[in-house]
Amino acid sequence: MIVWRAIAAAIFLVTGPALLAAEIPPDARRSGYAFMGPDTRAMQDDDTANPGMLFVLDGEQLWKKKTGSADRACADCHGDARTSMKGVAARYPAFDKALGRPVTLDQRINLCRAIHQQATPLPYETRDLLALSAFVAHQSRGNPITAGDDPQLKPFVDQGRDLFMQREGQLNLACTNCHDDNFDKRLAGAPITQGQPTGYPLYRLEWQTLGSLERRLRSCMSGVRAQAYDYGSPELVALELYLMSRARGLPMETPAVRP
Amino acid sequence: MPTTRRQFLNLAGGVTVAGTVPIVTLRPLQATPAMLNAAIRNLVGEAQLRNGRIRLDIPPLVENGNTVPMTVSVANPMTADDYVKSIHVFNEKNPQPNIGNFYLGPSSGRAQVSTRIRLADTQKVVAIARLSDDTFWQVAADVVVTLAACTEEMN
Amino acid sequence: MAALINVPSKAKRGEIIEIRTLTSHIMETGFRHTADGKLVPRDIITSFICRYNGAEVFRADLFPAIAANPYLSFFTVAKESGKFEFEWIGDNGYSSTASASITVE
Repeated sequence: MIVWRAIAAAIFLVTGPALLAAEIPPDARRSGYAFMGPDTRAMQDDDTANPGMLFVLDGEQLWKKKTGSADRACADCHGDARTSMKGVAARYPAFDKALGRPVTLDQRINLCRAIHQQATPLPYETRDLLALSAFVAHQSRGNPITAGDDPQLKPFVDQGRDLFMQREGQLNLACTNCHDDNFDKRLAGAPITQGQPTGYPLYRLEWQTLGSLERRLRSCMSGVRAQAYDYGSPELVALELYLMSRARGLPMETPAVRP
Repeated sequence: MPTTRRQFLNLAGGVTVAGTVPIVTLRPLQATPAMLNAAIRNLVGEAQLRNGRIRLDIPPLVENGNTVPMTVSVANPMTADDYVKSIHVFNEKNPQPNIGNFYLGPSSGRAQVSTRIRLADTQKVVAIARLSDDTFWQVAADVVVTLAACTEEMN
Repeated sequence: MAALINVPSKAKRGEIIEIRTLTSHIMETGFRHTADGKLVPRDIITSFICRYNGAEVFRADLFPAIAANPYLSFFTVAKESGKFEFEWIGDNGYSSTASASITVE
């Protein structure tokens, strides 16, 4: 109830002066880190206090572990992730030539499992998939986001942008109404951020665990009382791609901590 | 901001429809100030509770009650015959009044403990130190827990 | 599952050092319900012990109000080179251990 009341109150905010969907200029882009309090920042800044690092450590073990009927580990092909995976997550979702569409890092891990390890896919939001994905993305910490640069991705970035601008759900709100037009204001007690996905998978205090950008998008959708797209659906991948391209140049923070 | 008719209808609509959505609200029975007092009495017995010496660092306004950083420290030497035996932390409105008990000794060197706690609601947190002479020292802090706007329904 | 331990690798004799531990655990409170109304049973770490060359230097009782993936920071006096051993004990027979060594000069 409290959630709906907060969002209903937000309608005041979005039907108010700011109806124009203005995109945020590059030099005004800010990570969610900039919107949080000193305690949450401290939790992210110190690797020995950041609970997301527990998943990175688990991912490091999984990286080295042989699996599937090919009995092969990630490391058997990719070697030391510190060099081979550096900067990789910063350009995901990336275009997959064989599939002719963008794939997320989670999907890439599962494609690798299917093709090279002959292993079953890891279901979305499971600890092993989050851990592997966090370990890989952690290697890009500090690297500027470059996702969406590949010209083959253009139609998918556009699709994601359309979805971002499209009003949906019973509250009839688009992502842009909050995250382009009203960041720095508050929704109930919480600051509205720009929705820059710089640190995924990230440790959300609300979840008390690590979670993917898709999980976050789905909870935003249920927040505006829309039917959330399925994990791995073309719509969520396109949104993820648009969001990453929108965050172009911001440094990766994985594993970030957010309230 | 002036309220136009359309805004009002939007708001009203949102609230009405929201009322029909079956959300599992996890606000179980709460501890009460009486339960908090009973838990504290259980620790200190008939001993006098004094104010001072102990310090509780906890943000007065937290972004999410699921993970609240907290540090308790006691200004007391840590020598063989004068030291902090234990630190106990309680709350007023979670389902249970206890948060944690921490047992120290002269070899601790410094009587300071940090952890992360859960606070179900805006409430009072109490920390109590027991010294080696079995005196008890307390401190309390009020914490405002803000509500996240777009939480997942199940949490 | 992983635990993160932070103990200085070297210290001067008599120096007060900070020890930080972070361990993976859901800390299920026992007060939550599933969508169909079933109570999710409690599953928490109930105690933590730190031993320094075999002698207990810090112990904690944890309750459901401790956040998931429990974090603890505390202090001890560096007396001699050796080993810190950490033990977490919890519901359903849960037990995990970790250790870290220190050189005291």
